[in-house]
Amino acid sequence: MSAPVLPDGLDTFPKLLARNAKQWATVPAYREKEYGIWQSWNWAEVLEEVNALAMGYVALGLNEGDHVAIIGRNRPYLYWAMLAAQAAGAIPVPLYQDANAQEMAYVLAHCGARFVVAEDQEQVDKVLEIQDNLPNVEQIIYYDKRGMRKYDHTQLTAYEDVQAEGRTGHSRLAPVLKERQAKLDENATCVMLYTSGTTGKPKGVVLSNTNIIASAKASSEFDNLNAGDSVLAYLPMAWVGDFIFSIGQACWTGFCVACPESPDTMQADLREIGPSYFFAPPRFFEGLLTNVMIRIEDASPMKKRLFHKYMAHAKKVGPALLDGKPVSFGDRLKYWIGDKLIYGPLKNTLGLSRVRVGYTAGEAIGPEIFEFYRSLGINLKQLYGQTEASVFITQQPDGEVRADTVGVPSPGVELKIADNGEVFYRSAGTFVEYYKNPESTASTKDPEGWVATGDAGFIEESSGHLRIIDRAKDVGKMADGSMFAPKFVENKLKFYPDILEAVVFGAGRENCVAFINIDLGAVGNWAERNNIAYASYQELAGHPQVLDTIQNHIEEVNKSVAADEMLSGCQIHRFLVLHKELDPDDGEMTRTRKVRRKLVGEKFDDLVQALYDGAKTISTETEVTYEDGRKGSIKATLELRDVAVVPVTKEVAA
Amino acid sequence: MSDSYVTPDGRTIGGKVLEMRNITLRFGGVVAIKDISFDIREGEIRAIIGPNGAGKSSMLNVINGFYHPQEGEIWFHGEKRKPMKPYQIAKQGIARTFQNIALFKGMSTLDNIMTGRFNQMKTNMALQMLWKGPAEREEVANREIVERVIDFLEIQAIRKTPVGALPYGLQKRVELGRALAAQPKLLLLDEPMAGMNVEEKEDMSRFILDVNDEFGTTIALIEHDMGVVMDISDRVVVMDYGKKIGDGTPDEVRNNQAVIDAYLGVDHG
Repeated sequence: MSAPVLPDGLDTFPKLLARNAKQWATVPAYREKEYGIWQSWNWAEVLEEVNALAMGYVALGLNEGDHVAIIGRNRPYLYWAMLAAQAAGAIPVPLYQDANAQEMAYVLAHCGARFVVAEDQEQVDKVLEIQDNLPNVEQIIYYDKRGMRKYDHTQLTAYEDVQAEGRTGHSRLAPVLKERQAKLDENATCVMLYTSGTTGKPKGVVLSNTNIIASAKASSEFDNLNAGDSVLAYLPMAWVGDFIFSIGQACWTGFCVACPESPDTMQADLREIGPSYFFAPPRFFEGLLTNVMIRIEDASPMKKRLFHKYMAHAKKVGPALLDGKPVSFGDRLKYWIGDKLIYGPLKNTLGLSRVRVGYTAGEAIGPEIFEFYRSLGINLKQLYGQTEASVFITQQPDGEVRADTVGVPSPGVELKIADNGEVFYRSAGTFVEYYKNPESTASTKDPEGWVATGDAGFIEESSGHLRIIDRAKDVGKMADGSMFAPKFVENKLKFYPDILEAVVFGAGRENCVAFINIDLGAVGNWAERNNIAYASYQELAGHPQVLDTIQNHIEEVNKSVAADEMLSGCQIHRFLVLHKELDPDDGEMTRTRKVRRKLVGEKFDDLVQALYDGAKTISTETEVTYEDGRKGSIKATLELRDVAVVPVTKEVAA
Repeated sequence: MSDSYVTPDGRTIGGKVLEMRNITLRFGGVVAIKDISFDIREGEIRAIIGPNGAGKSSMLNVINGFYHPQEGEIWFHGEKRKPMKPYQIAKQGIARTFQNIALFKGMSTLDNIMTGRFNQMKTNMALQMLWKGPAEREEVANREIVERVIDFLEIQAIRKTPVGALPYGLQKRVELGRALAAQPKLLLLDEPMAGMNVEEKEDMSRFILDVNDEFGTTIALIEHDMGVVMDISDRVVVMDYGKKIGDGTPDEVRNNQAVIDAYLGVDHG
């Protein structure tokens, strides 16, 4: 790797933690709502907890360089379990907690973890289920003792017992920790994260201390994050973003990481914490907006009118105010009144009042959704990143925020665009390698350190911002040679609250067709208001009136697609509404909820064929996997519909 | 029969907590319970089953003092129990849930469960109106117990929701929460799974087993779902037309001819 980029003495997490415990001893570091109250730990306490656990690990026989798998939802104890692994010279490997036993088995076997830290009985059960095929797993440490009494405890230890063991052996174990930590430097592996991968088996991305700390440092400075900020940690711990925010940036800047009480209370906890730095995937913002709109639909006519009137004004001047552009006094006054009446209370309800820096990434966000939040005065920005880049590739600086770009290169990142449009980058955050997979490493990262993103895009000349078109391998040509970018159309469709997910097909074909997933919340609410009875998702999805509505949406999207000269060929000619929701358990989406286009196309091949051969209806049967791994099947007869398209006047003959 | 025994899954069951001796309960000319004796031991899950109208709920009402039997004796912790009001019995450490949910529909989950602590609150109305001082301290202490119950039953998300707005399965869980808030030694559950779907039943079974395991609470339950009863209980009493027709482990009861006849009917041909 390149020359040192980190300040001396702050190049590993144990060192950062020691500094924080000194510098911010009484500043809250981690919070978690438990028993109805926000419990809090300051940096000094965190250091003590982490060291106790690290010594406990050593007492149990953890070696330097071992991988420690961590499974569970966002809880301070599990973040400490990761920090403790580093403190003991080992490497944390967080796993997706909703992964089923088979998926977990692959990762656990691949990383060869001897120690597994599991949150509760549910996760322990999963590990035990696959343990027969995993000779490498020797110790399972669990945090929540509930229901664990009757287990065979030869390989199981409670988290607090491990800590107690560590505290007891302090005089013997502390020097061991010290010795191990002295050997760590900026090139030591910091963490290994498995990419969910829209194709194939997950890959273990090895990230060094330089990668993580340099990225955390640069991004914290970019947005001026400091010890007074706070975040809500609710995204999967196995995702690189959570590691950067809740460990990397938190340890670098000393800000406070709050963990929700349970996954279901996230929204209420968000409101109570009021984070100043907030990150969410577009899906979250879409869902939130859908909920707002549903509730406005149910509100009294007076409130409805007030809302729409002031939202129209906010759309007009809100983003300009946020960007510091000139706005007339009258408009400012009206916005101020709107803020008192509508925007302020709405932001408060959503828990976004204090957001100073908000990011969305992972997928493109619908411009209308993006503008909605910006117009409320929430500084929502976009960033573009990857696990392999320790998140940051590009991000939008304050004042240069636009819906259709992903921003300028992050500090220290170099970009280049290949001839085929694929985006390449090089930075201090660039990953070391894929674990035990030199072929993939070689095909992704060239000897000079340039990494292929797999996304096609271009740099806008006027602003220097990067624009992403689509996954490079998804961008194709249609039969007539015009460009096919499915994501572009899907994102337009997904803006409608009724549409949760859309999959567009058309590569190498005459025209495009689409699968639609309806949003049960939004459409269900509409059905209730219109006295339409339904018993299941499937029944609602097949309702003729629902199909009419979706058809209208698609026709509107076609009009807007036709306006784009490059992509006008991507208008949708026929569609169907799927009889089931696309689900990670069925492999149709990744755990981070990105559609696996190819797999969906293969799995529902009969439906794609039917869309192209002009059939009016089709009967199909689909296998589904339940959360506990059992399988069942759904039978359905689906109606296929034609959609009006806007005739494209291609290069009118001169 | 010796006083303590060990269950197949390795729990040690202690001595008699409650003993019913020759209980007979009449409503006018109707005999609801006829000369029934059985005991409930420390730490066990004891089921009472039987066809409709067998007298199961009446039996639970006798235990918690809602009905007073005309004949027979009730021994609680080795002492003969004098006739008492239900609230006095509740103070002795017996809590229950009801067949038809009996919650305060307009109150939140939290407030409903707080009512389970009512018997343990000692400050009087004047102090509570003053609020600062003993009443506040007492409320905080009781709230902590309630919050642990909420955490245990995983109902944090509905803490502030009025129970009337909750689905049936969750209301049942809230009712269990209210009973648990009283920190009972003996918990009576009247058809805790009636009207639930399979998933809700699995959840409820899990909670019942966890209550027993975590807090060592003795549980007596009435249930119609035989699968559930046979899976989770240690011993079963079978009633039919007010009489006891069987008593023993699930396996013993399952093979008891009188029980089979009561459930499947007898061939009169």
